[in-house]
Amino acid sequence: MRPSPLLTAIALSLVASVAPAQQKSAAEGIAEYRKMLEDGNPAELFEAKGEALWKQRRGPKNATLEQCDLGKGPGVFKGAFVELPRYFADTQKVQDLESRLVSCMEMLQGLDGAAIAKTAFGSGEQANVTALATWIASESRGMRFNLPQAHALERRSYEIGKRAFFYRGGSHDFACASCHAEDGKRIRLQDLPNLTKNPGDGVGFAAWPAYRVSNGQMWGMQLRLNDCFRQQRFPYPGFGSEVTIALATYMGVNAKGAASIAPSIKR
Amino acid sequence: MRNKPRLFVGAAAVAALLAGCTAFAPAPDYDKLVAEMMKASFRDEGIARVDRLNQDAANAECSKAVGAPLSGEATRAIENANAKAVKAPGDGVFLGDWKAGEQLAQDGRGMTWTDKSAATSANGGNCYNCHQISKAEISFGTIGPSLYNYGKIRGVTDPASAAARPVVEYTWGKLYNAKAFNACSLMPRFGHAGLLDEKQLRDLMALLLDPKSPVNQ
Repeated sequence: MRPSPLLTAIALSLVASVAPAQQKSAAEGIAEYRKMLEDGNPAELFEAKGEALWKQRRGPKNATLEQCDLGKGPGVFKGAFVELPRYFADTQKVQDLESRLVSCMEMLQGLDGAAIAKTAFGSGEQANVTALATWIASESRGMRFNLPQAHALERRSYEIGKRAFFYRGGSHDFACASCHAEDGKRIRLQDLPNLTKNPGDGVGFAAWPAYRVSNGQMWGMQLRLNDCFRQQRFPYPGFGSEVTIALATYMGVNAKGAASIAPSIKR
Repeated sequence: MRNKPRLFVGAAAVAALLAGCTAFAPAPDYDKLVAEMMKASFRDEGIARVDRLNQDAANAECSKAVGAPLSGEATRAIENANAKAVKAPGDGVFLGDWKAGEQLAQDGRGMTWTDKSAATSANGGNCYNCHQISKAEISFGTIGPSLYNYGKIRGVTDPASAAARPVVEYTWGKLYNAKAFNACSLMPRFGHAGLLDEKQLRDLMALLLDPKSPVNQ
């Protein structure tokens, strides 16, 4: 999707206003900018698409997703987002929102889950997964994160997610923790949330999926993590791979009590 | 991975102890689970191959500590091993051109799977991402300390002088391999990891230490 002329104009005016207003922190500037766009977050278009997809008969089984179990029982989508990732008995796995949606598309509609996982972000069925995730997240807006940790595999996911968060490697020795384990740090002017604890309402894990104005794309947490690993100089994480789920569990459990603003709008 | 056998002995001893006096199930071997997870979760993409997940002793120890400080012994072992790996510039010249250094400090590119080449010429120094350096650049990160007035604060008036030698050598070592001075430093090992070549390192040295560099105004 192309950004509208209005959005472009607002984006340009932001760029113009950030430079002279150094007294104002980058975070304040961006918060102000988000406020301006709140009435017209393009994420709404993806929400609408996601809701329509949920109710649409599709796939070899010509079925809707209305019986999809996102953890609170078949068909319950309200509040599901702020309790994911969690353990699912039918797949015997801990799953995040996006990987769970793919399981539902496979089980209910007969679509090929492995093929969807291999599809590039933003194209084909992956674009549909993003739209569905955007809508499901919007149905938990304002609710507080409260991931279950009762199942042994949920606790295991947290423990290995924590270790993955601190796992140093790649050409630059970077880990997630290199940038996201202390309060009040920045890269250039970009504020970095401390993800080893609850970083606050609508910050970090509680802000994705998000519409990114800089490239006009809707990003789910899977793509957010994928781009983190790219910048970390790591190899390519598979969609829905265990490391992405474990990191989401670690961040989600740490964010306990934080209010979700997803889908949000980002630079 | 030289310390592997010792770890296994330790784990076996703990297991024997647990079996002897309690009925608790032993905690899962998370390090093993993590190693398996990392191996299964990533694939090669462009120049970013899965061998980047392999860890040397420094990365392995600092990862396993999950943010806690290492023991004094482990710290010294990592710092000594990394100090030994620092190579002084072949021609004995430590400082290059601060203007080229400033450009390199601004450049945050290189080594991601969307970069075409892993050659040093394709890489930036990423310096401003984490450090304040010159006063003029206000878009700087704060993960590392401010380097503004780096040479001036350390009393470097003539980088070629004998008096400046210890600071010059230390700074070269820090850029070449930061883990030689701080085992779990967050800074990349620019020389050691082959991210920057000697000329590029010399230019960054000049940015920090040349009295004419804007850093020292």
